[in-house]
Amino acid sequence: MFLSENDIGSILLTLRLAAVVTVILFVLGTPVAWWLARTRSRWKGPVGAIVALPLVLPPSVLGFYLLVVLGPDGPVGRLTQSLGLGLLPFTFWGLVVGSVFYSLPFMVQPVQNAFEAIGERPLEVAATLGASPLDAFMTVALPLAGPGFLTAGVLSFAHTVGEFGVVLMIGGNIPGVTRVASVQIYDHVEAMEYGDANRLAVVMLVFAFAVLLSVYGSRRRPEKG
Amino acid sequence: MIEARLRLVWPGFSLEVDERLPAAGVTVLFGHSGSGKTTLLRCIAGLEQAADGFLTFKGEVWQDARTWVPPHRRPLGYVFQEASLFPHLTVLGNLRYGRDRSRRRHREGDSRNERVSLDQAIELLGIGHLLDRKPGRLSGGERQRVGIARALAVNPRVLLMDEPLAALDLPRKQEILPYLERLHEQLAIPVVYVSHSSDEVARLADHLVVMDAGSVLASGALSDVLSRLDLPIRLGEETGVVIEGRIVERDARWHLVRVSWGGEGVWVRDPGGADGRTVRVRILARDVSLARERTQGSSILNILPARVIGMGDDEHPALTLAKLTVDGAVLLARLTRRSCAELGLMPGRPIWIQIKAVALL
Repeated sequence: MFLSENDIGSILLTLRLAAVVTVILFVLGTPVAWWLARTRSRWKGPVGAIVALPLVLPPSVLGFYLLVVLGPDGPVGRLTQSLGLGLLPFTFWGLVVGSVFYSLPFMVQPVQNAFEAIGERPLEVAATLGASPLDAFMTVALPLAGPGFLTAGVLSFAHTVGEFGVVLMIGGNIPGVTRVASVQIYDHVEAMEYGDANRLAVVMLVFAFAVLLSVYGSRRRPEKG
Repeated sequence: MIEARLRLVWPGFSLEVDERLPAAGVTVLFGHSGSGKTTLLRCIAGLEQAADGFLTFKGEVWQDARTWVPPHRRPLGYVFQEASLFPHLTVLGNLRYGRDRSRRRHREGDSRNERVSLDQAIELLGIGHLLDRKPGRLSGGERQRVGIARALAVNPRVLLMDEPLAALDLPRKQEILPYLERLHEQLAIPVVYVSHSSDEVARLADHLVVMDAGSVLASGALSDVLSRLDLPIRLGEETGVVIEGRIVERDARWHLVRVSWGGEGVWVRDPGGADGRTVRVRILARDVSLARERTQGSSILNILPARVIGMGDDEHPALTLAKLTVDGAVLLARLTRRSCAELGLMPGRPIWIQIKAVALL
């Protein structure tokens, strides 16, 4: 067998995490991107900067603060406890929360760019053709931003697969629960199992390349309106 | 009737308008860029919201202190300067987009109260062979024709057009103008048309609104506004009038037709087509000269008796504009002040006019 059972388990867990996070990001990121693309509010700058923070922060900083906020004495931790949900750190859903923040810019920015590229005009046209703002969003803005959504989904998924620092901080290293592929590689290296580390690393490398190729390779010139 | 009292202030620009536009025929909003004509049109469509505004259409309030009808609830068609077709839909998809929504809005199951049907819009703009294409595969002129058909397919009560020809080169303009003239002749939908081209004004306008720096300088029937002597807006070489008449006589030998209004008329090149139809001729002030007696032995075909009704300043101190009437139609003539003095021109005076060139529109 090319990969061990543990390795395959970590890969499946990674894929499950990335899929859940990407779906949540589509739901959360789209309104944020729409707002950022069209607002003239003075909050646009600050909100845009906060969304972009994970791009430049060490993942350990993000993980640290999430640990504090979600922990037993943190505001969110108290809330989840009082709701009977228990504590999120060192659980799968704790990882999901951390990953959503960590991958947020990879969803918001491509979608925001796509919305901005559409501009005001097609929505004005839709309005003069009798489409309400929601109707125009669903039938004009979403289809025209399609390529942006594809890019955003692929990048968010891939970025979640590739995370390490945040996972280590708030997920720990629990097999089958929070031990994702990147952590599994780390474990192999710690245990001097370079051969195992290499096999898993190659899988990750091929995956990452295939993903990026699909994004960059599919960019064609858009048709003129 | 469209009644608009609008005030809108932006940095470096303000619009202040109190106008009644006829809800019939073609009303052209004419002016240079920055004159506010497009902004006024966008206010009528509801794409721009004047903070201080009152707008009614045929008695329906679209905007006042308490009411704001959003653009998608206004029964209008809008043609943008660039066709702005939806690139993800085919031509037919574009046409249906507005069609389906306006149907749903009015629950018009049958087509009895339709002012224009989808088929009619397709036929009128000559786009039947393009229906399956994506906008990216159309020429500029074809795209704008689809844009116009799409606005018509909404079955609008008023059609707003924002310089629909300005983004096109001359051959494309010539391609589309006849379609606009057909709209004018065949549909009863009132049109408000923004333009800075005196050629489009001459060919399409029934009612002309001249705008400058965010306000209205003049508004009225086309021939009244064009022949005003006090209008600060100068058309330069294009100064002139448009007269509507009927083809009453055809000279087959010399390929000429006589376009007549009242009893008088002018001979122009035969455009073909049937006798009796209504056409427009454009006569520029620089092509009209005056004489005390009817000249003999002249190459000029159109020599008509006229009466002076006023004199006005022209753009150069050496020049003056004479306003004349020929059987009810008003013409302008550009001449030097010296000639004016030598002829002894004054209001009420009969005079012969010689028209060097008449353009049939």
